[in-house]
Amino acid sequence: MNPYNLPNWFVWLHAQLGFNVADPGVQVLLVLAWGVTLFTLIAVVAKAAVVFMVLMERKVLAWVTQRKGPNRVGPFGLLQTLADGVKLLFKEDVMTPQQDKFLFTLAPAIFIFPVFVLFAFVPFTDFLFGVALPVGALLVFALSSISVIGMVLAGWASNNKYSLLGGMRSAAQAISYEIPLVLAVLAVVLFAGSMNLLDIVEAQRGPLGPLSWYWFYITPLAFIVFLISSIAEVNRIPFDLPEAESELVSGYNTEYSGMKFAMFFLAEYAALFVMCALTVVFFFGGYNSLLAGVALPWGGTMEATLISTPMIPMDGEMMPLGVWLQQTLHVPNLSWLLDQLEKISWMVLKIYTFIFFAMWLRGTLPRLKPDQLMGFSWKFLIPLSLINLFAVGVQRFWAYPNNSLDTLFNSITTHIPFLIVWAVIVFGGVGVFCMLMSRQLNAKTRKRFAAPSA
Amino acid sequence: MLPMAAQTHFHLTGYPVLFVLLIGGIALPFLLMTIAQIVQFKNPTATKYTTYESGMPTFGDAHIQFDVKFYLYALLFILFDIETAFLFPWAVSYEDLGLRGLVIMYLFVDILLLGVIYAWRKGALRWQ
Repeated sequence: MNPYNLPNWFVWLHAQLGFNVADPGVQVLLVLAWGVTLFTLIAVVAKAAVVFMVLMERKVLAWVTQRKGPNRVGPFGLLQTLADGVKLLFKEDVMTPQQDKFLFTLAPAIFIFPVFVLFAFVPFTDFLFGVALPVGALLVFALSSISVIGMVLAGWASNNKYSLLGGMRSAAQAISYEIPLVLAVLAVVLFAGSMNLLDIVEAQRGPLGPLSWYWFYITPLAFIVFLISSIAEVNRIPFDLPEAESELVSGYNTEYSGMKFAMFFLAEYAALFVMCALTVVFFFGGYNSLLAGVALPWGGTMEATLISTPMIPMDGEMMPLGVWLQQTLHVPNLSWLLDQLEKISWMVLKIYTFIFFAMWLRGTLPRLKPDQLMGFSWKFLIPLSLINLFAVGVQRFWAYPNNSLDTLFNSITTHIPFLIVWAVIVFGGVGVFCMLMSRQLNAKTRKRFAAPSA
Repeated sequence: MLPMAAQTHFHLTGYPVLFVLLIGGIALPFLLMTIAQIVQFKNPTATKYTTYESGMPTFGDAHIQFDVKFYLYALLFILFDIETAFLFPWAVSYEDLGLRGLVIMYLFVDILLLGVIYAWRKGALRWQ
C-alpha cells in the first residue's frame, strides 16, 4: 500500500506541530481527531454528492420523458434540491399514536449510519481515502446489508399496511440479491489476491488499459451479475418493490415525514453513490485512467504537458505557467498534484457514468413482480454466479497462474485450446441455462394464456 | 507528493478510525433529528395523526400475525451467506493452496449447488 496517503499526512502534520506521535495517549487523541475530521468530510461530500444526484436524476428523467425538469431555483435548477432539503427540515415530523415511537425513530438512524461509514472505504485516489482494511471487500458488504434492518423496522414500526408490505419485500429482496453480489466480488478477490479495495484497484493497473480492468480480464459474466444485483441491492427500478409508488404509496417510508423522511431519501441516494463507486472499484479500474494504454500524439505524460504548455509572459519573455508556479509560489510537486487531480477526475467520472446508467434504467424499465424478482435471483443469477466461480477458478489456475498481465499475453498465444474450452463452458453453460429457462417460462405462459380447449 | 519525510510506524487507516466513524454514523441521525425537532413548525390537527390508508378511514391494526412466505428463501440465504464467508479466505490464499484447494472448493460449492437444485426441484423456490 502506498504510504503517501491522507491519514498518514495527518499524522505527519501533527508530528511537525510538535506532538510526540509515538506516545499512545497522543495516538488515541489522533485517532479521535482524525475520525471526527474524516466523518465531517464524509458528511459534507456525501451530502454534496446526493444534492447533485437528486437534481441529476430529475433532469435525466425529465429528458427521458421530454420535459425540461427543475429550472426555476437557481441557474439550471441547481439550488432546487437545497430548497427541498430546507423545506423538509422545517416540516412537521408527524407521528401517529398507533406507531411504535422508539422503533419509528430508530429505523432511519439504522438505515443511514452504514452509508456514511461506507464512504470512508472508497479509494478516490491512492492518496485520498479513509480506511484501508485487509478485509475491506467483505466488510463493505457486511455494512451495506445493515440498512435493510432499518427498512424492515420502518415497515413494522409505522403500523401501516403499505409500510409493512414494503418492509417485508425489502427483506425478501435483500436475502435474494446479497448472494450473487458477493459471489461476483469473490471472483475479483480471487484475481486480486486481496480484499483491500486499494490493492484491488492497483491490481487492475495494466498495459491493456480498460481491458486489464476486471470487467473484461476476469469474465464479463461476473460484472453483469454484479451490476444487476447492485441495482437490486439499492432498490432501484426495476427492483424498487419496497417502495413501489403505484402499489404501496411509498412503501416502507409511507408514514415518514420531515427530517426522518429526508434521512431515508439521503441514505438511499448515498447508497446508490457508494454502490456505483464499488462497481467502479471492483470492475472498472477505480481511479486508473481510461487512456492508460494510449500514447499522447505529442509524446510525454499528461502532467508534463500541462506543466510545460500554458505559457505566460514573465520579465519580457515567455515562460511555462507550471514552472513559474513551482518557482515563485513554491507549489511543491505540481506533477504529483496534477496526477492526483487526474485520478480523482477519472474516479468521479466513472462513478457518475454508472449513476447515470441507473437513472437511465429508471426511465426505461417497468417494475418486476415479487415472484419474478425472487425467481430471477435464485433461478438465474445464483446458478450463473456459481458457474462463473467454477470457470474463474479454472481460469486463474490454468490461464494466468502468476496472475500477471505478461502471462495473459502468453496465455492468449499458448493456451488457445484452453480459452476455447473455457469460452464454451462459460457461454455454452449460460446459453443452455437461458434456453431451459425460456422454455420453462414459455410452457408456463402458454398454459396460463392458452385458450380453454373444448 | 506532499512533504512527508518523517514516516512513522503509526497509521490511521485501520480499525480504530472505523470505530470512531461508526460512532459518528450513529450520532449524526440523532443530531439531525434533534435539530429538526427544534426548528420544525408544529400544527397539530386530529386527522393528521391518523395512519395513512389512501384517504379512507383506517381499519384494523397493521401489527398483526404476518405470514412470511419467503422463509425457505431465508434458510437458503443463511446457507449461502455462510458459504461466501468461507469462500473469501480461500480466494485470498488461492496462490498458497493451489490445485488441491481448488478441487476442495469445487466439491464444497458443488454440494451447495446440489442443495439449491434439490430445493428447486422440491418446489421451495416457487412463490406462493
